[in-house]
Amino acid sequence: MAYKIVNKKILNPQIFLMEVEAPLVARRAEPGQFIILRIDEYGERVPFTIADFDRDKGTVTIIVQIVGKTTRDLAQLTEKDSLSDFAGPLGVPTSLEGKKKVAVIGGGLGTAIAYPQAKKLHNLGADVTVITGFRNKDLIILEDDLKKVSNKLIITTDDGSNGLQGFVTDRLKEEIEKGEKFDEVIAIGPLVMMRAVCNLTKEYNIPTTVSMNPVMIDGTGMCGGCRVIVDGETKFACVDGPDFDGHKIDWNSALNRQQMFKKYEQQSCEDGHCRIGLH
Amino acid sequence: MPNMSLKKNPMPEQDPNVRNKNFLEVTTGYTVAMAVDEAQRCLNCKNSPCVNGCPVSVKIPEFISLIAQEKFEDAYNKITETNSLPAVCGRVCPQEKQCESKCVRGIKGEPVGIGRLERFAADYHMEHGEDKTEKPQPNGKKVAVVGSGPSGLTAAGDLAKMGYEVTIYEAFHTAGGVLMYGIPEFRLPKNIVQKEISKLKDLGVNIETNVIIGKSILLDELFEEFGYDAVYIGSGAGLPSFMGIEGEALNGVYSANEFLTRINLMKGYKFPEYDTPVFIGKNVAVFGGGNVAMDAARSAKRLGAENVYIVYRRGKEELPARIEEVMHAEEEGIIFKLLQNPTRFIGDEKGWLKGVEVIKMELGEPDASGRRRPVAIEGSEEILDIDTAVISIGQSPNPLIKNTTKGLDTNKKGCIIADENGATSKPFVYAGGDVVTGAATVILAMGAGKTAAKAIDEELSKK
Repeated sequence: MAYKIVNKKILNPQIFLMEVEAPLVARRAEPGQFIILRIDEYGERVPFTIADFDRDKGTVTIIVQIVGKTTRDLAQLTEKDSLSDFAGPLGVPTSLEGKKKVAVIGGGLGTAIAYPQAKKLHNLGADVTVITGFRNKDLIILEDDLKKVSNKLIITTDDGSNGLQGFVTDRLKEEIEKGEKFDEVIAIGPLVMMRAVCNLTKEYNIPTTVSMNPVMIDGTGMCGGCRVIVDGETKFACVDGPDFDGHKIDWNSALNRQQMFKKYEQQSCEDGHCRIGLH
Repeated sequence: MPNMSLKKNPMPEQDPNVRNKNFLEVTTGYTVAMAVDEAQRCLNCKNSPCVNGCPVSVKIPEFISLIAQEKFEDAYNKITETNSLPAVCGRVCPQEKQCESKCVRGIKGEPVGIGRLERFAADYHMEHGEDKTEKPQPNGKKVAVVGSGPSGLTAAGDLAKMGYEVTIYEAFHTAGGVLMYGIPEFRLPKNIVQKEISKLKDLGVNIETNVIIGKSILLDELFEEFGYDAVYIGSGAGLPSFMGIEGEALNGVYSANEFLTRINLMKGYKFPEYDTPVFIGKNVAVFGGGNVAMDAARSAKRLGAENVYIVYRRGKEELPARIEEVMHAEEEGIIFKLLQNPTRFIGDEKGWLKGVEVIKMELGEPDASGRRRPVAIEGSEEILDIDTAVISIGQSPNPLIKNTTKGLDTNKKGCIIADENGATSKPFVYAGGDVVTGAATVILAMGAGKTAAKAIDEELSKK
């Protein structure tokens, strides 16, 4: 059985969207969960967060950033193609019920993962502030979609090319200092960004949920490769997460583990453009 | 006149110093002459004690006598009357603890090489035989099987033969369970597993890969939405145990599951032809003494590690692995560090493993399992320089089904509670294999699948 690609859209030079026919994944998918795909017989099993799903059409959307061999190969595929494997939904859905005012923070590609969370919170009636950061204005994605599901959308760029210069943490700090009272912060993006957000929210004592995306194989609790140290205990991101209390994560260990397969990723990419250990 | 030689015909195998650098099968199998000669060692005992030692009651003296008469296809058919995976069992069963342990010839000399003969018959059939599978008459009832490991495959095969419409749900992208992800190519070639599975497909068994019961579909939904009449859970013991010691999250520390899955299922030993890498350092320590530990150690050696250690807290006598695996590992240069236990992993400033502290053990009084309990000798700690560690101290059942199914009783180890027929606390839900017993052997899992298939048929026939 193959999984047909029904829609592909380039969002920026590095990021694209792919909608895949996978009715058994779509039927129970929820925000915060992920899928594991394999392009073909030779491919790796790589996890991607579910960016959107349509139960009626039986499709699941993922948003992919080109960072390594698999994502580069994926970028070559179009609507004519199929994926060999597409399994899920995996992981525990993000608990979003009962929140009044939430800041959803997305860094780069993390914005794509933050989108379904913002959407569900918005649909549940929460007051949603979305803060997303990109390196420059050409990399901004999902601006219109995010506008629709947030009460306030702040987009910031590292180089200030969209008119607002700074990191997501600068913007979050401003909002908090202005007196915005968030019940919770949800931060999704690169590990260093999530760590920075957590350091900030800890000062203000705001509960913070982060979404971890470590290397894994099966996604069902079998390999243990995705282990994360939370509050001194070993947890598996695939079955215990991927969401965790960001104030309890051992960030140093998580950052180290991300480097484990770095040199192989380089070997796997012939042209040397790929970034490391991130699929 | 039987062949009264006290020794088994030795199994032809690759030279240890050649095979420890390749992933080809270690043992190459009996020739026709060897098989016939070995078969003639069987005394054809009337009470056939060997059969009682077999969890699926293979008609051992009968198939062996057919080999002695050079009726190899008939021998194969005799085996498959009760065993649907002979090529697998002939290779991975712990015969010395089962059929061969009961063999009369073993009292004075070596028992008959039952496993080797079973493998011979299965391999002979694969090479020369023809599969004439007749699809049975459908009986109009549907059974779902969760997991495509040895237990699920056996249950599915038996149920299909009785006319049930059977669908196996497999979480991975390839069917076979532990036969594919766990046991390495050099011990169980994957094309053999896939051939056995294709025979089930010929019987009409439908296999749905990439479906995780408990996530994609809940157990209860299999009845309510998908219309199954019964479910057999054979989802195995896939959750790796860690030791809970310092440094287990360091880079270079793997669970045996991850290490072996990268190598076997994802074909990491063929990286970069296949995309999945596996990191192998110069000095590798595998912690544990079972078959999985031997597989991990021997795989590490084949991938180029200079020194590979098995660190086990009991002595050689207590190693739970098959004797043949221990012997093969020793021949291939694996270094056994017995009566030692790790106390902490030591990392460098970048979070990579660089050593492990081990403490010497001595054996004290027997514990609940009847084995003598290892006790640490205080002050005997020493550091072993390693850059890869593989933790192989056991697995327990995956909690995904347990956590999403009401009314399915499990014990405190997370194993599903089932009676001797495989019936669980939930109506029409059966379970067997490692998900019930905790990690055990392929053949016990197959036996459980067989028993449950019979019980499911009895229950559904009454319906």
